[in-house]
Amino acid sequence: MISVAIEQSFDSWRSRAREFLQKGISPSEILWSSREACQDELFHMGEASEKRDRSHVRIPKAFFDLAETVACHREEERWALLYSLAWRISRGGERHLLSLETDREIRRAHAMAKDVRRDCHKMRAFVRFRKVGESATGREQFVSWFEPFHHIVERNAGFFRGRFTGMDWSILTPEKCVHWDGKELHFTEGVSKSYAPDDDELEDLWRTYYRNIFNPARLKLNAMRAEMPVKYWKNLPEAPLIRELTNSASYRVNQMVDRTALTPKDRPKSSYLDGLHESNESLTLSQVPGSIAPYTLDEWREMASCCRACPLWESATQTVFGEGNPNAEIMIIGEQPGDQEDLAGRPFVGPAGKLLNDALSAAEIGRGELYITNAVKHFKWKPSKGSVSGRGPKRLHDKANRNEMKACRPWLLGEIAKIQPSTIITLGNTAAQSVIRQDFRIPSERGVVKGPNDVGFGGKIIATVHPSYLLRVRDRKEKEAEMRRFVDELRLAGDFSH
Amino acid sequence: MNLAQKLEILADAAKYDASCASSGAKRRDSSNGKGVGSAGGAGICHSYSPDGRCISLLKILLTNVCIYDCQYCINRRSSDVARARFTAEEAIRLTLDFYKRNYIEGLFLSSGIVRNADFTMEQVVRVARELRETHDFRGYIHLKTIPEASQELIEEAGKYADRISINIELPSEKGLRELAPEKNLRRTQEAMGGIRQRIEGSKEEKKHYAKHHRATPRIYASGQSTQMIVGADASDDSSILKRSDHLYRGYRLRRVYYSAFSPIPASSSVLPAKAPPLVREHRLYQADWLMRFYGFNVGELTPSEGALKGNLDLDLDPKLSWALRNREQFPININRASREELLRIPGIGVRSVDRILKVRRWSAVRLEDLTRLRISLRKCLPFIETIDHNPVRLNLDGDRLKERFLPKPEQLEFDFSASRSSALTGEV
Repeated sequence: MISVAIEQSFDSWRSRAREFLQKGISPSEILWSSREACQDELFHMGEASEKRDRSHVRIPKAFFDLAETVACHREEERWALLYSLAWRISRGGERHLLSLETDREIRRAHAMAKDVRRDCHKMRAFVRFRKVGESATGREQFVSWFEPFHHIVERNAGFFRGRFTGMDWSILTPEKCVHWDGKELHFTEGVSKSYAPDDDELEDLWRTYYRNIFNPARLKLNAMRAEMPVKYWKNLPEAPLIRELTNSASYRVNQMVDRTALTPKDRPKSSYLDGLHESNESLTLSQVPGSIAPYTLDEWREMASCCRACPLWESATQTVFGEGNPNAEIMIIGEQPGDQEDLAGRPFVGPAGKLLNDALSAAEIGRGELYITNAVKHFKWKPSKGSVSGRGPKRLHDKANRNEMKACRPWLLGEIAKIQPSTIITLGNTAAQSVIRQDFRIPSERGVVKGPNDVGFGGKIIATVHPSYLLRVRDRKEKEAEMRRFVDELRLAGDFSH
Repeated sequence: MNLAQKLEILADAAKYDASCASSGAKRRDSSNGKGVGSAGGAGICHSYSPDGRCISLLKILLTNVCIYDCQYCINRRSSDVARARFTAEEAIRLTLDFYKRNYIEGLFLSSGIVRNADFTMEQVVRVARELRETHDFRGYIHLKTIPEASQELIEEAGKYADRISINIELPSEKGLRELAPEKNLRRTQEAMGGIRQRIEGSKEEKKHYAKHHRATPRIYASGQSTQMIVGADASDDSSILKRSDHLYRGYRLRRVYYSAFSPIPASSSVLPAKAPPLVREHRLYQADWLMRFYGFNVGELTPSEGALKGNLDLDLDPKLSWALRNREQFPININRASREELLRIPGIGVRSVDRILKVRRWSAVRLEDLTRLRISLRKCLPFIETIDHNPVRLNLDGDRLKERFLPKPEQLEFDFSASRSSALTGEV
């Protein structure tokens, strides 16, 4: 049997544990205990069996992270527990032990680690500094008294240094104290509470805040106690208010209920408020005007921004109207705005827009020569599968139906009538069906469109794919070929319009 | 008026905003700076109020003077509450003094609307700017934003703040029209969309900096959130949750806070004082969690028929309630089911599911293992199958199963006018 008394630190346990593991000494042969002095002592009691398998000992890093935390626990059993776990992992053939949370020892270690982490967290929360003066160089100096339940002062010191670098401070505890002077952390022996200051001029203001942030109409004392256990109250300057606030709560609520309710006041003279009210009233338009003739394009855009002719407005952020050169020779018509366009309120700003830009510059068509719009002007989407807060897209493109296309058509007709382009390029099926005819199909009828169209447009129409189709092509060669074809079709429009 | 009197009024004016998070900021500290402050990782709650809410930030209004007339709000222009205004210097001093004593994680600054959106926003942004630039303050800053403020101001606010929020207040346009005539759902959502783009843009930029091994400058807030008031208008839970789903998906909000409409000292004749629906608020948070972490679709959370149509059951948690409505999906085999399926079991949370997944790689899970994982069997037993348990033997048909979970008869919510003295013991 070996009895070993180590310093209260993870490092001293680790160096001992490593030695014992290498010598192959089983947990049942060691008695662990903590000691205050700086040197470890090792007693051999009786026949310590030196077994003697000195092979290399390997332990996963995750264990050390856990052990380092557990080592801060106040219970003496921690050293033996950690050694037993280390033994089982390295020598007992249980390398997966850490993932077995049903194991008794693992559960105990996790529970101890949780105690330590919680104590650390509560120390970060409940330390209250009191100002004691200023240094010769003008640095403010603060002192706090705190009573941790585990050996966490050293573990937590770095946090306080990082947070309060610009001031001098000491945290006094019964076991160990830590001090920061702007350059280095110092640790000293524990002291009694009488060494700490017992007031700070700001505490009255803090209590004022505490008193007024409390809502008497929703008293939930258990919720408070669960997170701010009573054992911490004695060192919290605000805690003495709890009783008073609790006791007066019902009286205060009754007073509120008894008061006569106030009637709304008239709107004061304010052009700002008038503007808001006017804007709120004009935000709906359920009937699309028949013709753009009496309006300018800007007025048309303004009206479209309030359109509720189909239900798509409800799940979208805003109407995405066309934009570009009002005297453009070429008009590009896409399908509908996507996730990014819906946020920006502008067409083709997302990934498909980026690809379209690349293709346009390859075709030597400047965006300044164009007017770009969509057949449907609200983003239609369906939810993705899975939780709403995780990675990946959350709103998936959903194809507009006949009714929605029909509801949006007047806006598009108005745009065509005002812009009067010589060439229209439709991107994808929805755009082509909106402009050319309902049963138009892209892959088969792609290219320059012959014959009549549904919008009575007299110029040239080129029907091509939507750039988002190109984004979906996986194979690189195929993608390049598709891109070339797309650029050629765009170029066709460029030729027509010149 | 002295500072304490102002603090009294302006903290009181801010307390109806439920948001308190100080988590999720970019990790940083003051070690190479000249001031104080650190942030990043989990937030810290420095105190708790007897209303059970945490106190993490100094939550104040710059002023409670307001030209808007939102009926649910203590600060509306029709209210007769005492008015006050902090100077920027006072708000800054308070933040720093509180911070250095470790009372708070930082500042949550909001304001009544004075003159117009831009004027107000400028005052708010100025406090944040000076905290960051003059005082090198590196703690947490949350700024309340006004949807109608100019793009430049929203841009600047995000440069100094860790979190930006715009309160949607009510889930429907109709509710807003009736109770908050100056507010508007579309403008609010447009502004949220703009903020999402900025947050994502700054993430892209950060990646770019990381690629070139350069320290990332402060670019934009790392998240946005909002608050919805529950029980002021007639919206049912389904429309509240649908709005949340819309906001999470469309604008990637970190959080939607639900705040039970609470009596205020200057209540409006449109909205008389009544007990806050705290249980409902709690159920909404639970349902919100199911959307965010358990893969529940918003449509599944509330019954589509029956007496409770469109609303969450106040007596049962929403997951249990869903399970009772969807008995055919159970029992779920603990040893074989996918993660998604395990997440559907009442009484088993995300962490427990992940522990089960780890453990069952090495050995089949039995009931006692679940107890060891600190899972309460009371709730999950009728819904699971393990090698030593099959719920069929519990012989529970539909109604009896539900009864098993219903709370013992007791009054959970109180009507103030009916029984005043007991009105405040209703803890959830």
